Amino acid sequence: MSTPDGCGAPAGGISVSAASGTFGGQAVVEGRVVHDGAPVASGYARLLGTGDEFVAEVPLGDDGGFRFFAAPGSWTLRVLAPGGLRAERSVQADYGQVTKVDVAI
Amino acid sequence: MSRSDVLVDADWAEAHIGDPGVVIVEVDEDTSAYDKGHIPTAIKLDWKKDLQDPVRRDFVDKTGFESLLSERGISNDDTVLLYGGNNNWFAAYAYWYFTLYGHDKVLLLDGGRKKWELDSRELTTDVPERPRTSYTASEQDASLRALRDEVVAAIGQRNLVDVRSPDEFTGRLLAPAHLPQEQAQRAGHIPTARNVPWSKAANEDGTFRPDDELRSLYESEAGLDFGRDTIAYCRIGERSAHTWFVLHELLGLPNVKNYDGSWTEYGSLVGVPIELGEAR
Repeated sequence: MSTPDGCGAPAGGISVSAASGTFGGQAVVEGRVVHDGAPVASGYARLLGTGDEFVAEVPLGDDGGFRFFAAPGSWTLRVLAPGGLRAERSVQADYGQVTKVDVAI
Repeated sequence: MSRSDVLVDADWAEAHIGDPGVVIVEVDEDTSAYDKGHIPTAIKLDWKKDLQDPVRRDFVDKTGFESLLSERGISNDDTVLLYGGNNNWFAAYAYWYFTLYGHDKVLLLDGGRKKWELDSRELTTDVPERPRTSYTASEQDASLRALRDEVVAAIGQRNLVDVRSPDEFTGRLLAPAHLPQEQAQRAGHIPTARNVPWSKAANEDGTFRPDDELRSLYESEAGLDFGRDTIAYCRIGERSAHTWFVLHELLGLPNVKNYDGSWTEYGSLVGVPIELGEAR
């Protein structure tokens, strides 16, 4: 897994096609974004907390992938892509789990 | 100084591509985004490799800044237009460096890389060649940078603005949620700090909100006393550079410092006070 040790999102996005499940006790939310069956490689996924509070944002990877390290609880996932494309999903996260959210926009 | 002196939109940037007096610079922590495609004629700065000291925990010193800009072909007279990913966090951080080292004409691209991408504007993989220059920096402007002792002394005395997410502020998370949560330092916030997440200053496309809304956000909603000096902090100082830009450059508040040591330093100090939970 390649992850920056600063504050920045992996700017080129991450590939979630690679094996996951090696995050120990982390509360992982990850998935892929597709449009007309093809990965959306240019776009952004944002994780929002209670009251639509911004928590994090990552650019989508070449396979349309995104990954967040959250905390247990309810979150909102919002996807933005060129052409005004957007979508929103509610997700639940928990320690030791990888919550998969695939989004078609 | 007004908003138009420090912030330009994508149309302005597009119109100045190739302008010999304007150097467009993409700043990111992970420069793979630049390598995949960037604004035509833009050069890149790597926030970590280029702008951080490789040994000490500090950023590039005056001599290092001079050699970096000389090597990248930036002159003292150039207008430097900065943009980047992460809603311009690292570009705002670089803007703070350029200001700290006295660069005269520096601008931030409103919305940064995200807005440019969402607008489907042109990106290129061509890397420009710029002839070497001989750049001269000023000494660091100490009025813009807060160090740890000053921050501890500011508790209850100045505005302390914690710009991390509410979950980081209260101690629920130790880092932004796109990073693993294994950091060892204590969670929480500096006592008397107000939590105004950086994201509240930005629209969804990464552009800054209008001045009147920003003023209301910090003054009316968060209760900052604009008559007092202010220190902004986050986790490593780049999100707070974004807020420093808002308070100092857009709103023109005179005494605003960025605490670049931020929570990774403060949350590891022995014996300093820490608060958990909501702001008191």
